[in-house]
Amino acid sequence: MKIHEYQAKQLFRDFGVPTPEGYPAFSVSEAVEAAKRLPGPIRVVKSQIHAGGRGLGGGVKVCKTLDEVKEQAERMMGMQLVTHQTGPEGQTVRRLYIEGGADIARELYLGMLLDRDRGQIVLMASTEGGMNIEDVARDTPEKIVKVWVDPKVGLQDFQCRKVAFALGLTGKTVRQAGKFFHALYDLYVAKDCSLVEINPLVVTGSGDLIALDGKINFDDNALDRQKEIEAFRDLDEEDPREVEASRWDLNYVHLDGNVGCLVNGAGLAMATMDILKHYGAEPANFLDVGGSATAERVTAAFRIILGDARVHAIFVNIFGGIMKCDTIAAGIIEAAKQVGIDRPLVVRLEGTNVELGRKMLAESGLAITPAADMKDGAEKAVAAARAYAASL
Amino acid sequence: MSVLVDKNTRLLVQGITGSAGAFHTRQCMAYGTNVVAGVTPGKGGQQFDDVVPIFDTVAEAVEKTGANASMIFVPPPFAADAIMEAADAGVALIVCITEGIPVLDMLRAKTYLQGKDSRLIGPNCPGIITPDACKIGIMPGHIHKAGHVGVVSRSGTLTYEAVGQLSALGIGQSTCIGIGGDPIKGTDFIDALKLFNDDPDTHAVILIGEIGGSAEEEAAAWIQGNMDKPVAAFIAGLTAPPGRRMGHAGAIISGGTGSGQGKVAAFEAAGIAVAPTPGDMASTLVASAKTRGISLA
Repeated sequence: MKIHEYQAKQLFRDFGVPTPEGYPAFSVSEAVEAAKRLPGPIRVVKSQIHAGGRGLGGGVKVCKTLDEVKEQAERMMGMQLVTHQTGPEGQTVRRLYIEGGADIARELYLGMLLDRDRGQIVLMASTEGGMNIEDVARDTPEKIVKVWVDPKVGLQDFQCRKVAFALGLTGKTVRQAGKFFHALYDLYVAKDCSLVEINPLVVTGSGDLIALDGKINFDDNALDRQKEIEAFRDLDEEDPREVEASRWDLNYVHLDGNVGCLVNGAGLAMATMDILKHYGAEPANFLDVGGSATAERVTAAFRIILGDARVHAIFVNIFGGIMKCDTIAAGIIEAAKQVGIDRPLVVRLEGTNVELGRKMLAESGLAITPAADMKDGAEKAVAAARAYAASL
Repeated sequence: MSVLVDKNTRLLVQGITGSAGAFHTRQCMAYGTNVVAGVTPGKGGQQFDDVVPIFDTVAEAVEKTGANASMIFVPPPFAADAIMEAADAGVALIVCITEGIPVLDMLRAKTYLQGKDSRLIGPNCPGIITPDACKIGIMPGHIHKAGHVGVVSRSGTLTYEAVGQLSALGIGQSTCIGIGGDPIKGTDFIDALKLFNDDPDTHAVILIGEIGGSAEEEAAAWIQGNMDKPVAAFIAGLTAPPGRRMGHAGAIISGGTGSGQGKVAAFEAAGIAVAPTPGDMASTLVASAKTRGISLA
């Protein structure tokens, strides 16, 4: 789960990670009020969307006067902010963050995340603040320093010093860095983070360290015990189809293609997307109905897939293990009754209770193209999507 | 023969009285697995289906029944604790089916397992099966056939797909290991490949990977340097967008690593056959074995 910068900075403050004074604003007048609470004269108006690259897209502006704050807030509130992470349609700005200006002497990078190969949390830092860290890792990996945290003992002081000296910090800033990194690690563990990124981490003219930006992602598996974090969820930032799918416990990811997929199992769902591409179509979604789906959830899945007008055909690909083929068949028949399946439907059923499932579909009177196996189903779904598109 | 589980496996089930635990325990028993004990704290002294004794702790279950493997169906918030309890009791093979364990819990559990004699499979996996001998997990038993192909996979249903293709060609399996879809797991590809390489009854292996992490790249290098049996690979998620979790917690392309294309390239560079579609996993292995003069049927 992702949260906004202003929410991340609230958590930073709670854990003693220094960050500039700032206040969120949900309207232009709130933005002006927030700016008045800051000492000034420099204030920064920052669009709050989950995607990165906000500054380049015009979503972050440094203002010298209150009038300028108002002007920028008026411009940003409600705008479609396009960044390299939003896609061409952009994301609507509904929240702003008004922050005091910072006296920037140096810009650094700091990140904390899971190193899945080592099975440890890694703290990584770089002198190349403000840059895309993936580019730094590719072009100048020697400019990144990493320390790995042993879960048995936690982050150690010597590790913090190693990072601080590698960043070229001196004097009191080294000591501040130790406190800073420890606070960040405490936050990471206490709140079940999956990524904490501060880019840039700033050294001020007077040698103080502050988090000028803040990005935190959380482990979805841990949200049940992190109610405070779950309350940060902003549904406006999520695809409405994915929000609806999550209500039904469906694993759904919206994509840009024209063949909808309904599959059991994450691996098979990914492989189904791939085989559609192999035969010349693009998948419209990833969808894993899970091993314990009911006919009701299958119906909900159809409603979500059919809600996408770009879908020209649907490929149901089931290898029933725990999931029984007759349950899927009942879901398809129910969906046809409730929502009407107005686009070509190709169904491949295999596994537990397959004969019963096939019989139910055959006797349903629905216009379903049965498939012998996965390849056959994918080819038929691609052909059906082409034929449907040509008929429009 | 087989790896890790066979007719001598004595299984205990942690979480045997929950709905999923009870259902799948019955399925395993029907397949012929020797289920000797169940563990549900607070229900010690009761019987499961009038035949399996239930204990309060894993240690007691092991002491009284000689269980040497555990299947875990404990809910996510308590599953890491269950893994550590099994390891503490000296259970040799721990198979954790539970999906949705917090990552930090698994980090602690995995660290706890270091230096102990227990092997963990999973979590978030279908389990392990040696056809006609022992099934530990949620896979449909009836699609399997005893034979000589090992299968190791991060995905449950894709394993069934591969097994279904093999069985349809009359090719049986030695053991199928689902290593699970989480980023932090017990047994990884290389661990499983070593077991298959050392098992005289495994003649060839299908490896099924997916996007996220770099375990496939490491496996490709290990196969090239160490494996003397034919291997066919399949990688799921070539069309997955970066930064999005595709169902499995571990199936995400992030920080510029973990793409499907990179994994396919690593296998091809190591001279390992890669199935062009998920419908070709068995046929790719058969063709690869044939070029080395090995017949699998």
